[in-house]
Amino acid sequence: MKDENRTNLEPVDRERRTFIGAAAGVGASMVAPGVILHAVEAAPRATSVSSDVRWGLAIDTAKCAEGCSACIDACDRENGLDLQTKPKPLSESKWDQQKAVWIRKVKLQDNQTGRITNLPMMCQHCEDPPCVDVCPTGASFKRADGIVMVDRHLCIGCRYCMMACPYKARSFIHEALEGQLTSVPRGKGCVESCNLCVDRRDYGEESTACADACAAEGHNAIVFGDLKDPESPISQLLKALPTRQIREDLELNTGVRYAGV
Amino acid sequence: MAKAALKASLFLGLMWALVAQVVLADEVKRYVVEGSRAAELDACVEPTERMRRMHFEFIKHQRTLTVHEGIRGSKYSLAGCVDCHISYNAEHEPQPINRPDQFCGACHAYAAVDLNCFDCHASVPNRPESSPEARAAHAAAGVGQPGHLAHAHPGGGER
Ligand code: SF4
Ligand code: SF4
Repeated sequence: MKDENRTNLEPVDRERRTFIGAAAGVGASMVAPGVILHAVEAAPRATSVSSDVRWGLAIDTAKCAEGCSACIDACDRENGLDLQTKPKPLSESKWDQQKAVWIRKVKLQDNQTGRITNLPMMCQHCEDPPCVDVCPTGASFKRADGIVMVDRHLCIGCRYCMMACPYKARSFIHEALEGQLTSVPRGKGCVESCNLCVDRRDYGEESTACADACAAEGHNAIVFGDLKDPESPISQLLKALPTRQIREDLELNTGVRYAGV
Repeated sequence: MAKAALKASLFLGLMWALVAQVVLADEVKRYVVEGSRAAELDACVEPTERMRRMHFEFIKHQRTLTVHEGIRGSKYSLAGCVDCHISYNAEHEPQPINRPDQFCGACHAYAAVDLNCFDCHASVPNRPESSPEARAAHAAAGVGQPGHLAHAHPGGGER
């Protein structure tokens, strides 16, 4: 039943998406000689997010370069994670474990062959997220468009979700913060994790900070997009490349897929 | 006899209530900070009286819509409060709005109501120029270059 509905919706939806894409690509257009119409590039969302889309990432580990941290740095800047400072009494090693990180660079080595694989690891935006299952307050939730995030107004900081997450994706903020960004409110006592640049989504932007940064470095290892749109670059990539979900045995149907692992 | 006394005391009580009200009305302080954009406006997004009593209700409902439904650019917005009520010192630095001499901080101190919005939310307009919100604001205001956001985008983009 659900799938039937989905197929019914899809053609219309795809058309609309292409149209929106085209409109967004045009900064200004001539409507009559001498009259130039300036299209607003990104408008704030005025209607509820819907499950017509499911946002996700495809990561080609073959393109993820050793020693590169462009995605992590961009994520830190985008979300104000670079505002954190080490509390004095804490040792460097403790701080490394404790500070909020939304993306980790993970290095895998096959001990038999010596082959090394690098990959960025962020919240996998599970379709059936364990972090949501265990949250006692409803703070950890999945948006209709597949983004798993924390409503900090509801979070009591119990950290159940951090224990439930198989990917170590979540961080707890231990200390009071200052200088937060308007677009990313965050503070002491709450848990947080990658939200696929949720405010970029709501302002109709194309991509995420990490994907942009990776592309700017010329690596193009991260592709962001709509998993439900068969025409989207991410769907095309997933069709072409053999990809896997990490810990697919858990059957969480993650929204982040990896090639070459 | 008793009736007359009751009447008299009722009358006195009424008079007292009236006088008290007049005094109170005189005493109601205006917390809008001079030099902020709000100081130039007649009213907020709702009539002043309504804002005084209801602002927390407005942003409480809006926050759910924004966080869970992804709706932005709504009429009520905490970032909008900050954009409009922020004031600047002589060096043109924005003054944190929850400081006891600023709009939110002063009134909350007077009313003895804990103000913890700004434990998480930015207490000064604080958008990197590259943020989608800033770009949307610039586009909406028809300015190519980043300008004075608080003026270009009074709605603020709710958070
Ligand atoms: S990866 Fe972790 S934080 Fe993200 S949705 Fe899955 S369980 Fe939740
Ligand atoms: S830390 Fe917050 S989001 Fe995580 S389970 Fe507890 S209340 Fe829910």
